[in-house]
Amino acid sequence: MSWPRMGLRVLLAASCLLLFASAAPPAAAQEFKLAMSSPPTSMDPHFYNLFPNINVSDHIFEQLVAMDADSHIIPALAESWTLVNNLTWEFKLRKGAKFHDGSPLTAEDVAWSLDRPATIVGSPGKFDTYTKAIINKKIIDPYTIQLTTREPYPLLLADLTSIYIVSKKATQGLSSDDFASGKGMIGTGPFKFVRFQRDDRIELERNNDYWGKKPAWSKVTLRFIPNDATRLAALLAGDVQAIENVPTPDLAKVRADKNLSFYSKVSHRVIYLYPDTRREKSPFVTDKDGQPLDKNPLMDVRVRRALSIAINRDAIRDRIMEGLSEPTINLVPAALFGHNPNLKPPKYDPEAAKKLLAEAGYPNGFGLTMHTPNNRYINDEKIAQTIAQMWSRIGIATKVEGAPMSVYAARGAKSEYSIGLLGWGAQTGEVSSPLRAMVACDNPAKGMGAVNWLKYCNPKMDALLAKALNSVDDKERSSLLQQATAIVIDDGGVIPIHQQVTTWATKKGIVYVPRTDERTHAYQFYPQ
Amino acid sequence: MLAFIIRRVLQSLVVLLVMSLLVFVGVYAIGNPIDVLISPDADQIERAKVIVAFGLDKPLWLQYFIFLKNAAGGDLGRSFAYSTPALTLIFERMPATLELSSAAILLSVVLGLPLGLLAGLRPNGLIGKTIMAASILGFSLPTFWVGLMLIMVFAVQLGWLPTSGRGETQLLFGVPVSFLSWDGLRHLLMPAFNLALFNIALVIRLTRSGAQEALMQDYVKFARAKGLRNSRIIGVHVLKNILIPIVTVVALQFGSVIAFSIVTETVFAWPGMGKLIIDSIRVLDRPVIVAYLLLIVTIFILINLVVDMLYSLLDPRVRLAESKG
Repeated sequence: MSWPRMGLRVLLAASCLLLFASAAPPAAAQEFKLAMSSPPTSMDPHFYNLFPNINVSDHIFEQLVAMDADSHIIPALAESWTLVNNLTWEFKLRKGAKFHDGSPLTAEDVAWSLDRPATIVGSPGKFDTYTKAIINKKIIDPYTIQLTTREPYPLLLADLTSIYIVSKKATQGLSSDDFASGKGMIGTGPFKFVRFQRDDRIELERNNDYWGKKPAWSKVTLRFIPNDATRLAALLAGDVQAIENVPTPDLAKVRADKNLSFYSKVSHRVIYLYPDTRREKSPFVTDKDGQPLDKNPLMDVRVRRALSIAINRDAIRDRIMEGLSEPTINLVPAALFGHNPNLKPPKYDPEAAKKLLAEAGYPNGFGLTMHTPNNRYINDEKIAQTIAQMWSRIGIATKVEGAPMSVYAARGAKSEYSIGLLGWGAQTGEVSSPLRAMVACDNPAKGMGAVNWLKYCNPKMDALLAKALNSVDDKERSSLLQQATAIVIDDGGVIPIHQQVTTWATKKGIVYVPRTDERTHAYQFYPQ
Repeated sequence: MLAFIIRRVLQSLVVLLVMSLLVFVGVYAIGNPIDVLISPDADQIERAKVIVAFGLDKPLWLQYFIFLKNAAGGDLGRSFAYSTPALTLIFERMPATLELSSAAILLSVVLGLPLGLLAGLRPNGLIGKTIMAASILGFSLPTFWVGLMLIMVFAVQLGWLPTSGRGETQLLFGVPVSFLSWDGLRHLLMPAFNLALFNIALVIRLTRSGAQEALMQDYVKFARAKGLRNSRIIGVHVLKNILIPIVTVVALQFGSVIAFSIVTETVFAWPGMGKLIIDSIRVLDRPVIVAYLLLIVTIFILINLVVDMLYSLLDPRVRLAESKG
């Protein structure tokens, strides 16, 4: 055989090999890379109630009950549940559910996982917020567990969506630090933990024994790219196939790009203003020359209504948010429990606002400084600036002072502002969450009014909320919560502006089921 | 020499002490970490518990005193957000930053020296002028902008290099490094170049002026008269003499590159110490901020110490023992 022919053979063999290699891609195509915007601080699913941590835990661990894409409660590791009496709930566990080490899920693991959050040390935000209502756990058989609360507690299911079930065998005696190495990362979820490289990436592989719908990807890498521009560049360059939180300035470009798909969904996060309704002298309310006023105009409900109708919410959506906000006067989006459909965003009406101000005794307006974080919510300071201009138009000379959240929150919690901007995500999927935190009368002993920084208080609303929080009858509770919301809004206790909209972008051909709770789950991406 | 080192160590301890006090007071003045750290659903009682658990309920002077006491035992506190010792967190990320910084310094020498020499040898030629013009860009363009442009051109448009992150790492003496694999090198190249840009410009300018000055000197003229090859004159005689100031500056720059790699690490999602400090400042994770700054100060002090000692070795006229700081 001569050399050239030999070369030909080699070439043939090589191309056969290449063909073989190119037949491999179906397997390779199952690899999915996804860029998240913030890295988790710990792998321990019970360590810290922080969004990036939860987002990661969702891939590996599961809860008794979960939230679907619309924040409705659905069965997860509990197949079904019944209310034995007003105080006791019985959960039947899913029999086919197995931990990643092959051992079956039992009621023992559930009880262990419900006990564990309270034992975590060194956490700035423990999950026992969601387990403390449970005063007794009773294991009936390996697949049945009863939970008892001190008083009727309708939020139990919502709370349980935050508690991940870990394997008792695998996590006994482990400290939170141990999880980063993979020890204890034994869940029942759709993915198995492979590797965590702090601040950089997490590698996962498909759990082929998963009881539910198996993910489309055999291997997943979650990359953490906090810089907005870099994250988008990673998608454009093909380093990742999907990203969360598309930067607003680039939205138009992403939508126009034929190689990308764009997904968005109204989130459970409401952006709102909270006025000082209680203090005769408010630190940042002045007359137009900057001199102190003897009475705080924000105490007058007519002034607060004027402020609300003087905000052109549609203009904010179109000009500031690139179309990605839903103007609202509710505290939760339409899909969530307790949304009040009768509350429609008010029509923008500066003339009526001026009239209301005149009626209240401020025909020439007054001076006001609004405080806002400038690194927390989408376009937070821009929104505040825009509203300030709108208010100046009705005679309220408004200045804006922005600060990073760490500075802003410290002063806000000390009631140092006269009016401020904040956002609140209803993590429990119910309007009771924002009502409790934002507007309920300040009552530390009962955990009411945790971010009610300016101590708004309306006893009528409080009574309704308290009643709702003790009612396990969904219909009654929903009606009570709607009434409570209406009272606050009518009173101008807070002034909602819009629901934020969360965004995702993927390479063309990959579909995502967007979620209300802003979370990004690799297993909810699918090839078309 | 020994007296010098002892005095230096004592001075350094004072600097560290002052630094820690400044940071402590500074973070305390900004705000309360609990407000940003704690999960929103937590109620006031839980909040109070966390404040007590982190010792933030104590007066500032007492918190500082406790910190000093622990620091004397080598414990700089635990991170609030990670609940891991602050030093562990920083050391975990240190290899990534050191690798990036070393690569940047290496690049600035490898690129800066020849380019600077070239510019020095042909100050009026087209090449010389182009190099000098380019070096002005190196000084004046903002790092984050250049970083993003590099990503747009080399990753998005050309697709030659990955956009961000650290590539495959391998253990070298138990330390994860990425320069041993092709994938790791590809990830390292852009951020290192981005970080090196300023220093490349610096080295070019130093080399050029040094070379121009050296070429006028008698020893070069003498070497030429002796009939030495041009390459030997420049490569050995000139280079050797201009290298001293360059080595000093580069060594000092190494400290700055480590400390100021923050921007580059943020743009390229490089998991180093710079990103850690930015995250920590955002949530006022005081133990990490304090530990990080103290560490950086220590690095600067050490580098200065080494430089001073090198001086005394290179130039016998410098007597460390007699210098009064």
